[in-house]
Amino acid sequence: MSDTLVAEEITVRVNGDECAIPAGLTVDRLLEHLSLNPRMVVVERNCEILRRESLAETVVHEGDSLELVHFVGGG
Amino acid sequence: MSEALLDSPAALDTPLVIADRPLRSRLMLGTGKYRTNAEMVAAIEASGTEVVTVAVRRVDLDRTKEEGVLHHLDPSEYLLLPNTAGCYTAEDAIRYARLARAAGFTNWVKLEVIGDQETLLPDADATLRAAKELVADGFVVLAYTNDDLITALRLEDAGCAAVMPLASPIGSGLGLVNPYNIRTIKARLSVPVIVDAGVGTASDAAVTMEQGVDGILMNTAVAEARDPVRMGRAMALATEAGRLAYLAGRMPRRERAVPSSPLAGMLD
Repeated sequence: MSDTLVAEEITVRVNGDECAIPAGLTVDRLLEHLSLNPRMVVVERNCEILRRESLAETVVHEGDSLELVHFVGGG
Repeated sequence: MSEALLDSPAALDTPLVIADRPLRSRLMLGTGKYRTNAEMVAAIEASGTEVVTVAVRRVDLDRTKEEGVLHHLDPSEYLLLPNTAGCYTAEDAIRYARLARAAGFTNWVKLEVIGDQETLLPDADATLRAAKELVADGFVVLAYTNDDLITALRLEDAGCAAVMPLASPIGSGLGLVNPYNIRTIKARLSVPVIVDAGVGTASDAAVTMEQGVDGILMNTAVAEARDPVRMGRAMALATEAGRLAYLAGRMPRRERAVPSSPLAGMLD
């Protein structure tokens, strides 16, 4: 019997840095995994901006490149 | 009757309207460079401004930087105006504008495409190309530009909701270096003209508004003042004073003196 407690990990690029994350996460779950508030963050996945409504439906795949942005102070 | 006039600010001026949206202040403020978030919030409140600009940047996953600005400013109290600061190409500016819109607060954007890192002067050609594409994509585009009439006219023709010529370079505090160009732009454009960049202190804001422009945007002048809250209030007053002076119609300049007291009735 396989050890189902070992979570599979995938490698993705987030904000320019490679990192390992649990496999099978949807984007909104990934944001939670990173302790981010999905309502405050805009996600671009492989150069495509994700609509907020689709964050719960979009699964993160191996090799995805994600940009997570938000509003900061600026002139 | 003069007391009634002074008691009713609405009677002295009409509101600034951009893209059919009346605004409660002709002063707009940036949210960058403040020493603390508390100071930023207090200065913005003191200024009475409604429109505040914000930038779009990567979330800091290591949490070494400050949280996002929306943790400190209530987006229901202010009209957020995302900028495309830091973009040197039309493509980048368009990307940042789309990211900003995806946040779900607004389809307004302050379009900036910079052409030179040292002066931060705008790249007019790239700004125009980005403006056309963003207007076609449904954005309300307020375009930061230089003080050249031709560029301003082209941005208006491209469908920008407002044109924002600089007073002087971003963060320079040099004030309005070319009032003639700004007056020319205001005289020829139909869309609102909002002077953006270079204001240093209250008199700069007043002089700028006296040219007849519709509004003014500043950031460094308030954020880098020793007391940003006082300066925010000063800028609110200066913006209003300059606007009223413009509407009042100033006296002419003369090179010969004209006495203010009567010549007749002097003693022997």
